[in-house]
Amino acid sequence: MAAAMPLALLVLLLLGPRGWCLAEPPRDSLREELVVTPLPSGDVAATFQFRTRWDSELQRKGVSHYRLFPKALGQLISKYSLRELHLSFTQGFWRTRYWGPPFLQAPSGAELWVWFQDTVTDVDKSWKELSNVLSGIFCASLNFIDSTNTVTPTASFKPLGLANDTDHYFLRYAVLPREVVCTENLTPWKKLLPCSSKAGLSVLLKADRLFHTSYHSQAVHIRPVCRNARCTSISWELRQTLSVVFDAFITGQGKKDWSLFRMFSRTLTEPCPLASESRVYVDITSYNQDNETLEVNPPPTTTYQDIILGTRKTYAIYDLLDTAMINNSRNLNIQLKWKRPPENGYIHYQPAQDRLQPHLLEMLIQLPANSVTKVSIQFERALLKWTEYTPDPNHGFYVSPSVLSALVPSVVAAKPVDWEESPLFNSLFPVSDGSNYFVRLYTEPLLVNLPTPDFSMPYNVICLTCTVVAVCYGSFYNLLTRTFHIEEPRTGGLAKRLANLIRRARGVPPL
Amino acid sequence: WDYRRALPYLAFFCLFFFKMEFRSCCPGWSACCLPFSSCYFLTLPDKMKIKCRFQKAYRRALDHEEEALSSGSVQEAEAMLDEPQEQAEGSLTVYMISEHSSLLPQDMMSYIGPKRTAVVRGIMHREAFNIIGRRIVQVAQAMSLTEDVLAAALADHLPEDKWSAEKRRPLKSSLGYEITFSLLNPDPKSHDVHWDIEGAVRRYVQPFLNALSAAGNFSVDSQILYYAMLGVNPRFDSASSSYYLDMHNLPHVINPVESRLGSSAASLYPVLNFLLYVPELAHSPLYIQDKDGAPVATNAFHSPRWGGIMVYNVDSKTYNASVLPVRVEVDMVRVMEVFLAQLRLLFGIAQPQVPPKCLLSGPKSEGLMTWELDRLLWARSVENLATATTTLTSLAQLLGKISNIVIKDDVASEVYRAVAAVQKSAGELASGHLASAFVASQEAVTSSERAFFDPSLLHLLYFPDDQKFAIYIPLFLPMAVPILLSLVKIFLETHKSWKKPEKTD
Repeated sequence: MAAAMPLALLVLLLLGPRGWCLAEPPRDSLREELVVTPLPSGDVAATFQFRTRWDSELQRKGVSHYRLFPKALGQLISKYSLRELHLSFTQGFWRTRYWGPPFLQAPSGAELWVWFQDTVTDVDKSWKELSNVLSGIFCASLNFIDSTNTVTPTASFKPLGLANDTDHYFLRYAVLPREVVCTENLTPWKKLLPCSSKAGLSVLLKADRLFHTSYHSQAVHIRPVCRNARCTSISWELRQTLSVVFDAFITGQGKKDWSLFRMFSRTLTEPCPLASESRVYVDITSYNQDNETLEVNPPPTTTYQDIILGTRKTYAIYDLLDTAMINNSRNLNIQLKWKRPPENGYIHYQPAQDRLQPHLLEMLIQLPANSVTKVSIQFERALLKWTEYTPDPNHGFYVSPSVLSALVPSVVAAKPVDWEESPLFNSLFPVSDGSNYFVRLYTEPLLVNLPTPDFSMPYNVICLTCTVVAVCYGSFYNLLTRTFHIEEPRTGGLAKRLANLIRRARGVPPL
Repeated sequence: WDYRRALPYLAFFCLFFFKMEFRSCCPGWSACCLPFSSCYFLTLPDKMKIKCRFQKAYRRALDHEEEALSSGSVQEAEAMLDEPQEQAEGSLTVYMISEHSSLLPQDMMSYIGPKRTAVVRGIMHREAFNIIGRRIVQVAQAMSLTEDVLAAALADHLPEDKWSAEKRRPLKSSLGYEITFSLLNPDPKSHDVHWDIEGAVRRYVQPFLNALSAAGNFSVDSQILYYAMLGVNPRFDSASSSYYLDMHNLPHVINPVESRLGSSAASLYPVLNFLLYVPELAHSPLYIQDKDGAPVATNAFHSPRWGGIMVYNVDSKTYNASVLPVRVEVDMVRVMEVFLAQLRLLFGIAQPQVPPKCLLSGPKSEGLMTWELDRLLWARSVENLATATTTLTSLAQLLGKISNIVIKDDVASEVYRAVAAVQKSAGELASGHLASAFVASQEAVTSSERAFFDPSLLHLLYFPDDQKFAIYIPLFLPMAVPILLSLVKIFLETHKSWKKPEKTD
């Protein structure tokens, strides 16, 4: 099938100057960064961004040469005359109340919105072809995007890059909420990176840890940007972003210290040789005031302060291109540790295992005075195996009552009592000092109505089958084995027939 | 909805036409006397015969031609003989020179030029006519269609046997091709590789593709891939202190790389990949060994219908005093020589069988001789006609077997168009108009495929008659049984009651 090729027979006359002239300097650059943000609830958010900037005009037809910018996306831009493309795959929901505002949020499922150039004549046809081609590149079911789930927003989704005029006729937007993100979508996304998960920050992108999170969002953004401050020429910018939120309980087993190894099961070994900038930023804002609460290891050499999303934040910078930080012998494993547990108290949660152990949730909380504290838990209902149902399944299933144990401060200080001397109702609980007393309260049990199957279906099936079989077989048997005998026509009233019946029962010949 | 347009059945046999014109500058020669038949048969393995016909035209050489033919060397003569208008595809001009002319070297009897011209030396001999006739036939066959070219073109349609399996299969005929040059750098920490691919494409590849433009649309791309490894670990040869890849390992090299190459998302044409691999520092230098164990001269190999791979070793002198990464400038001349040769092989532009004592001229600056393009167009036309005919015949057979398929009007019009194009193409081939025959054959393939793969053919396919029975029988049969039995009983009773009066009578 494959063969080596002897060239001796063929002599090519290659005219023209010798091909030894120097190649042009590279016209694209790569920057990568990772932002690690500890969240107020004890979780950790990590946001990767890989930005490739390509100084070229993609509009002309002809030969195109790609270096860092991936060829698959470059061909898309030139073939479908795109101005901007934004595609994201997300699993989970960013809880702004607990986690704070996000850098870039994306809807759950798959979202695609595209601005076409003004030269496109049939936008809908290009949109259909583009979504089909993208579904092939990213191994996702984007081919389900058609006119039933595409809209043309008239006011929002203005172009994020350079734009001369915005005629919303060239904008298309579609969301597929049912789309599930999995490793199949991550792998082609990683293949578009120049260093391709072998060096630099992309080493940390391992699928088994990235999908073990409460929120996972990966996106591709292509837009034209200014090449310099005066904006004399245009470059194409490709940003690949990936945001994940690691849950303290699922990933961290409840402990509040994080490290890169704990999160990604990898450490940073070497920088990507193709990147002009490769940095890790760690958010040390709220813990900068009292330095004892959060400890970051290795200690940062430089910090960066700016107003991000409306608030002033401080970031510690780790530069991978700095050989003092990382070289062949040292890996970079950034560790965050909470020295003092945060004010929220202690929470211990043990998830359930099916048919082995139940959920256990223990919380140590301080209730503020004159207030109401609500604790809420989300749960999903599941179906059991059909033999595990009780005989009265429609009654519901019980959830055991909750327990509240509290040390209530006493209005009047009590004296410590001698165990044997005091009456029995006073010596139920041991008391350490007289200023508070111990009390344990219970709530009512919870009766939950779970989905029950229709238990009458087996009976229905058996009845129907037996009826059909009986009718068919019975008729056949009847027809095959019926014998005929002659019978006298009856002449007589009802009384005579009854008398004959009685006579036959007695054994006497009938009338 | 259930009607089908009647489809024509066609029989197809092929006839080739080849025009030769003789210009003689020897006195006393007349080509009419040359005794070679103007019609011969090419036999293909499936006992298929293809008829080829020559048309001869003869005239004496004009003055300027005589002057050109008496110049010193063949190349000068070629330059002076440049026709004001291009000769038509599929034709050949043969010049006869005298026995003692010094145009050709003394021992060479004939010469094949790059632009559909040939020069044959005449001799004075008793058997002159026969010998010259044989030489002319050999030259003509070298420059036109031969059996192996046809067999390679029809390799997909002929039955598999030992004879066809040895032929290297050229690319399937298609409306266009996309050529991608990729530079693989698995070790960017050690090698900082630069290649002037834009200039090389402009200088070397684009002229070749322009010469081939009659055969299809071509587009060229290039990319650089980092951290792309070959899937095979090369072995170390201590004798030459270099690494080598065995010939048996070569088929396993392509698959792991192909996932990074990025299949073309934006076009429907087949992709030809040409990879230039700069081996990593730990495995330098890397050579490819052929089956005898000797390193291949060009350090490259190609895979039919896919593309080619060349290994470019960095000169060890560049490592001496420099710190990593080392800057490497790729010598594009060497690389493009190999890639263009591989491109020719992939297209099936093989070396012609040069007759003995014949001088073959060097190629033109584009790397392609005009009559090689003619051979390619002939082969492609035959392949297209065979594909179109096979597709239409399969469609007809399918319709014969499954009567449930609906043929709509547009599918029927595509079939008619395909049949008309096939007939036109065969007719043009028979009359020698190669370019229009090729265009018609491409149209035939497109129309036939569009008709065969139309999605409306499957619309009502999965409702065959036996399924209709399977739905209704379980319902009606049990109900029908007692009814039938009672009908039988009634019939028997009436029959008995008819018989009874007869009996009593």
